[in-house]
Amino acid sequence: MVEKETAFSKYMPHVVLLLGVLIIFLPVWLAFVASTWDPATISNGKLPLTPGPYFIENYKRILFSGTSSSTREPVWSMLGNSFIMAIGVAVGKIIISILSAFALVYYKFPLRRTVFWFIFITLMLPVEVRIFPTYKIVADLGMLDTYHGLIIPLIASATGTLLFRQFFMTVPDELLEASKIDAAGPFRFFKDTLVPLSMTTIAALFVIQFIYGWNQYLWPLLITTKDSMQTIVIGIRKMIVTQDALTEWQLAMATAVLALLPPVAVVIGMQKLFVKGLVETEK
Amino acid sequence: MSSISRLALLAATALTVTAGSARAQTEITWWHAMTGANNDVVNKLAEDFNASQKDYKVVVAYKGSYADTMQAGIAAFRAGNAPHILQVFEVGTASMMGAGKAIKPVAEVMAEAGEKFDPKAYLPAVAAYYSTAKGELLSFPFNSSSAVMWYNKDAFKKAGLDPNNPPKTWPETFEAAKKLQANGHATCGMASAWITWLNIEQFAVWHNVPLATKGNGLDGFDAVLEMNKEPFVRHFKNLAEAQKTKVFDYSGRTNTGEGRFTSGECPIMLTSSGFYGNVKANAKFDWANAPMPYYPDVPGAPQNSTLGGASLWVMGGKKADEYKGVAKFFAFLSDTDRQAKLHTESGYLPITLAAYEKVKASGFYNQNPYLETPIKELTNKPPTAISRGIRLGNLVQIRDIWAEEIELILNGSKTPQAGLDAAAERGNVLLRQFERTVTK
Amino acid sequence: MEKRTVFSGYAIPLALLAPQLLITVIFFYLPAGQAIWQSFQLEDAFGTVSQFVGFENYKLLFERPEYFKAIGATAVFSVLVGTLSLALSLFLAVQANKALKGASFYKTLLIWPYAVAPAIAGVLWLFLFQPSMGMVARLLQQWGIPWDPLLNGNHAMILVVLAATWKQISYNFLFFLAGLQSIPHSLIEASAIDGATPLRRFWTIIFPLLSPTTFYLIVVNVVYVFFDTFGIIDAVTHGGPAGATTTLVFKVYNDGRSGGDLGSSAAQSVILMVIVIALTAIQFRYIERKVNY
Repeated sequence: MVEKETAFSKYMPHVVLLLGVLIIFLPVWLAFVASTWDPATISNGKLPLTPGPYFIENYKRILFSGTSSSTREPVWSMLGNSFIMAIGVAVGKIIISILSAFALVYYKFPLRRTVFWFIFITLMLPVEVRIFPTYKIVADLGMLDTYHGLIIPLIASATGTLLFRQFFMTVPDELLEASKIDAAGPFRFFKDTLVPLSMTTIAALFVIQFIYGWNQYLWPLLITTKDSMQTIVIGIRKMIVTQDALTEWQLAMATAVLALLPPVAVVIGMQKLFVKGLVETEK
Repeated sequence: MSSISRLALLAATALTVTAGSARAQTEITWWHAMTGANNDVVNKLAEDFNASQKDYKVVVAYKGSYADTMQAGIAAFRAGNAPHILQVFEVGTASMMGAGKAIKPVAEVMAEAGEKFDPKAYLPAVAAYYSTAKGELLSFPFNSSSAVMWYNKDAFKKAGLDPNNPPKTWPETFEAAKKLQANGHATCGMASAWITWLNIEQFAVWHNVPLATKGNGLDGFDAVLEMNKEPFVRHFKNLAEAQKTKVFDYSGRTNTGEGRFTSGECPIMLTSSGFYGNVKANAKFDWANAPMPYYPDVPGAPQNSTLGGASLWVMGGKKADEYKGVAKFFAFLSDTDRQAKLHTESGYLPITLAAYEKVKASGFYNQNPYLETPIKELTNKPPTAISRGIRLGNLVQIRDIWAEEIELILNGSKTPQAGLDAAAERGNVLLRQFERTVTK
Repeated sequence: MEKRTVFSGYAIPLALLAPQLLITVIFFYLPAGQAIWQSFQLEDAFGTVSQFVGFENYKLLFERPEYFKAIGATAVFSVLVGTLSLALSLFLAVQANKALKGASFYKTLLIWPYAVAPAIAGVLWLFLFQPSMGMVARLLQQWGIPWDPLLNGNHAMILVVLAATWKQISYNFLFFLAGLQSIPHSLIEASAIDGATPLRRFWTIIFPLLSPTTFYLIVVNVVYVFFDTFGIIDAVTHGGPAGATTTLVFKVYNDGRSGGDLGSSAAQSVILMVIVIALTAIQFRYIERKVNY
């Protein structure tokens, strides 16, 4: 510390930070509270700040019998679908992008720059903008209501490739030279040197893409038609939009709490790797 | 190496068209938008039908709001993956009628399958709305409703109003709302769900004033909006005035604000008669409904109300055997007992005359007069050329435009006249676009 | 940006690139091409009739005030979310950097909103601010603030800005904290010896050193606000009231919804694609420069 430490300068940051943490936590806390009350308490605007007595009842209902009024499937199957989708997007993207980044960085071949731009132009264009034509193509390929239909179109962007490319550029050339002296081919170099070195980047990408896949909204809404293929984010939307019926906020909120637990757990559980990978490679 | 072959495999599966496996039963898919108690009704109907025979299996899927469901159906049709049966709200009727090959008229489906089907069995108001000018029924009426005024009897008593004599005219309604507001309903004296349906569409028909030329679109796709006149302007002036003091409080474009009635916040709620099931289940006070209010000086008012709710459209391009299944299912739905039960359980209108007579004869309406209000409204007077209904193309989008302009009127950004002028002008752009693309 | 040592041959790199290229062509270039084609067509909702109308869809777009309104709303929304989330997260990061021992503890408590789906974030905030049952909305009303996001465009904007900012703070916080932690302590001490006040030190020494991070975050935040907030807007305001929260992406989706105006929706997609490609190029130049260090 540069200044002399006073009680004020010592505790002030903590006070400010705790306040920030509390404010950020507030919406989720209230969602949790709402998920433990009955619909009347919520819709009358009399929701207290403390959990109510309906915790077990509400969660039991969404987990094992489903909401009777809109999404009839128990939340389990939606959680399962979200999980498959998130893992699929994360793993799929890691595989295709590490391979293509390897080719782009470690090979010299005709049209390399063209290919490079061909891929990177897609970097930030989200599905939302081209959603209707993409839907048509997925339908033509018979991929509606399938997991690969949910997953593959979402890995059609260059973020992962860029991440790996950035990282490979920082790998010292000496490593490849050494590997060549050992007479190792490209695949041994890839497998024995590059992949182990890339573990942090892989972990970071995994977290980012897992969350990206889990949180998808418009895409699964459009391409899944069967209840059994619904993801949890869609389930919540369907619970909130109702027709001549009242929203069962307590169940929607219980579902929201369950829906945000897995990605939050992934972020916090893989925090070190994630932060390191994210900050070091994206910069 | 192995990762590459795995990738090739992944790509291969991605591009392979997954072939549907052969089933002994023919599946009939039905996409719907029903939630709450009505979601149960839909599922029960499918279950009962599936148990009643073994050649066909009706598979239902809830697709979200009415707009979401229609959107999903259209997108699916474009992609060659439409369901057999699509529930479309009444707003989408003209769009569906203009859809050419995309739909198959119900009358045709029934005739080809040799199922007994008599359009005269339906309530005239219902059948007329979903038929062509020549009288061919295009879609199967499913959940029909009309707009009514729900009110909180306990709140009426507290405010010194007669709970058994609800206001009949708009001036009386605003007066009542003022009294209610002063007696414990500070945030909302009255409210309206489905803001455009209640205050533009039903309003026009109920007052026997044209909303658009060409009989509100029923006589041709070249209709032009003309709702920037009296009595619309006056009505929105009154609403905007009442909004300032919360005598009237805007509650959104759809029915998300309906909860404000059942929670007791808004003692008067203008909305669909299909709200019945929820009022019954959730309102912890004494309630009733009454016909929509009207302006007494408008000649001929009140005329009759028009239909809301939704009908079932059969999508085009399916196999003959599948259409047979659809026809069987519709025949199953038309059964009088089933219709009577649907009506009394869901609060939607009985759609066949036989069902109506049967429920009436059972004395049901004596205990449940609220279910008869919409029927009385619909049949209040024989329909005129402009009170038959509204059938405008792109109405889903036009409603959004109207709602935008209404929001501007209510928040004081525009005068009622300016807002309604813009509503008509912007709506006409979409009508002309629809006219250009319609399949004749 | 070139490697000194590389492998040769081009069958292998092509095979390695194949999956990415295949997916990019099928799910990116084909639909993008179709969007361009559709932007010159007038089609009915079901796609059974279509006619070539040239640039009519584009022309109509720029003739109507609604499109400019959406551009305006997008600009206001981007600036508010960008400024708020960057300022708040920088402030929190500076505090966390001071609280040496607790930094990682606070990091854990602050990063998790990153993982919450935009649509769910929207629902959470909607629940707080829904006028008739939301807890915060009722508080506001008790204080005499006529909170009404259904009619008041500013209130609706505040609501979506809050939800979008809430979600973005954690991401920005991580980058700022990393940036702050990488600033050598000796530098700060040196300026302290020169007698600079902490606030002055921050603006003259620390903030300039953070500028690469800040620049990067601005670009990322702009993209975030443009696209990833769709779920928030759809869940909270549906673009209302009266288009006050209709951003460009929301308008693309909403106009094309139910096949209402696919041509116009496609024309808007094309315009957005151009904007995004320009943004990508800017970001890319920046990244390239960084790598060259």
